[in-house]
Amino acid sequence: MTKAINTDTASVSGVSKSFNHNLVVDNISFKLRPGEIFGLIGPNGAGKTTTIRMMMDIIRPDSGEIFILGESFNELAKNKIGYLPEERGLYRKLTVIDILIYLASLKGIKQSTVSSRVEELLTLVKMLPHKNKKIEELSRGMGQLIQFLVTIIHDPQLVILDEPFAGLDPVNASLLKDIIGKLREQNKTVILSTHRMNEVEELCDRILMINKGRSVLYGKLAEIKSRYRSNSIILVFDGQLPKLDGVKSIHEHKNHVELFLKEGFSPDEILAQIIKDKIRVYRFEVAAPSLNEIFIQVAGEI
Amino acid sequence: MNKTLLIIKHEFLILIRRKGFIIMTLVFPLLALTAIGIHQIVQGTGDTRPTEKITIGYVDKTNLFNVNTPYTQYELIEYVTEEEANKALVDEAVDEYVIIPVDYINAGVIERYTQKKELEPSPGISWVVKDFLLNNLLEGLDNQEVQLRVKYPLSFNTVILDEAGNITDAESGFSAFILPAIFGFLLIMAIGSASGYLLQGLGEEKENRIMEILLSSVSTRQLLVGKVIGLGTGGLLQIVLWLISAVFIIRLASNTIGGMFNQIQIPENFILIGIVYFILGYLFFAVLEAGIGAISPTTKESQQMTVALILPAILPFYIFIFFLRDNADHIIGTIFTLIPVTAPMMVFIRLGISEIPIWELLLSIFFLVIGILGGVWLAAKLFRVYLLMYGKAPKMGEIIRMLKQS
Repeated sequence: MTKAINTDTASVSGVSKSFNHNLVVDNISFKLRPGEIFGLIGPNGAGKTTTIRMMMDIIRPDSGEIFILGESFNELAKNKIGYLPEERGLYRKLTVIDILIYLASLKGIKQSTVSSRVEELLTLVKMLPHKNKKIEELSRGMGQLIQFLVTIIHDPQLVILDEPFAGLDPVNASLLKDIIGKLREQNKTVILSTHRMNEVEELCDRILMINKGRSVLYGKLAEIKSRYRSNSIILVFDGQLPKLDGVKSIHEHKNHVELFLKEGFSPDEILAQIIKDKIRVYRFEVAAPSLNEIFIQVAGEI
Repeated sequence: MNKTLLIIKHEFLILIRRKGFIIMTLVFPLLALTAIGIHQIVQGTGDTRPTEKITIGYVDKTNLFNVNTPYTQYELIEYVTEEEANKALVDEAVDEYVIIPVDYINAGVIERYTQKKELEPSPGISWVVKDFLLNNLLEGLDNQEVQLRVKYPLSFNTVILDEAGNITDAESGFSAFILPAIFGFLLIMAIGSASGYLLQGLGEEKENRIMEILLSSVSTRQLLVGKVIGLGTGGLLQIVLWLISAVFIIRLASNTIGGMFNQIQIPENFILIGIVYFILGYLFFAVLEAGIGAISPTTKESQQMTVALILPAILPFYIFIFFLRDNADHIIGTIFTLIPVTAPMMVFIRLGISEIPIWELLLSIFFLVIGILGGVWLAAKLFRVYLLMYGKAPKMGEIIRMLKQS
């Protein structure tokens, strides 16, 4: 147990929080490991932001325990966490460079190294020419990039991003995705909180899905997807399908057909039958439900 | 560097670079200079401070007034007849003239002729005419000292005695009240301007949503203390600049209205006690205002709520008027000295009018410090709970429940 705490970037166990007798977060537990992008997902109002705020010690849980980097939350931990809140904002009257230096120094960066770090990051997002502009002179997307830089300026071990792509154009969004990917390579832990399942499918290694404050899915993304596989095959072809052993039923869709398999049959057995019949196959795919579909299915069960 | 120090430095630098702050800092000295300028212009057009000598003609019908001592700013010219004096006035040889009638010794009436439309002569002119008459009336008196006493009969030197009849070093009257009044005024100003900047800053950080970033870097206590001290230092700097410019301006004005400032004698320990209470008082009110800033959703609402704080701060002035003016050692003075909200102002006033026992001062400072620490604790709690709740003012019951929960 002690060992587990030491290797985890963070562990949240049995945490609950209610506001005005409304249970917003209900007995949530999860662990974060180094070098992973962790998706905290769920619809709006599911309790994602409240969970994050509890991790950041902005609000305190009614019950449960939270350990960050092996310790319960303390002021020193704040220097090792980068947090991009959902509600965005910066001092509008200050220049880019002044804000970055001030907020970086509040994260405990030494005065001597802060300037070079600021230049390095501004170069990374190609905003060095704007360093002396005031925030109010920047576009919304640019301001958001600056805020992202604030989040990672102190090279934190744990980066918490609440809806980081909201409001970004595709170019900046992909820039951000690259940087997040690099953080994973550097063995950092990234929490990505979002209600957009496609971003999660693209980036995340493991996920926690919450709905109405409760944990509904938790684990490796690939495992979850295979667990919710409907045991069907998507097929696009030319010709006439023969009678196939092991196929329970066939659903005709607009551009493809979906073959539902009987228990105990695997997709490769079906493929072998199809190829034997000399049918021209354009696409043969083991149907994996999207996270969206899984979510709708899971949320419907509750 | 310590995070609190970083916030202090940041808030201080941001404040002193604000246009509004710079303008406020400059406006007071400039206004004072302008006021003195206007004062001098107005006085220059009057008779009290003439640039040229004022000439006054006189016709002496009693033949008793022969001594004509010279004055620096006035000249008295004798004319034999009223017609001559009248002609001199029309020709502008004299500015005005007076006639000493035959029955002056009995009636004491002087006739004054002038082209100016005014109800009574200016103080300068009446003094010079009076002095001229006195010089002549006292001419027969040999004793020079008695002559001088008749002209300047008295100057009060008031000594305040305590209950046992011993001399106390308390000041009385104007000079006793002016310093407490200045300190009190400065404290109210400091509270007002600091609360303005504090609430504006908090409001901005709430509206900009930067608060969450700040709180993910520092603790609420660091943020609160940093803000209060950073802005307070800025406010103190402003007041020091005002005081320095006030010294220069008073020196500049000492010929005109500065006379009264020369009378001010600073009681021993006043400056020390004054500064201690000024700083403690500022800190106490600032942390309470930060708490108000935390629970009110908009800057406007929080500023309305701070009025409720300023009122008790100035309450001691009324206590003075109703209770202490006639009885400086009234028990109510002690009570309000010990209550943190009223302590600074009450102490300023009482320092001016009587002695404050040392135990009262120590106890009052102790309560004030407890009040500040309690205020920091309370405001930090309120910060935690309410700063992230945008656009919703809490009810009193909710505040109490939230405090219990956290």
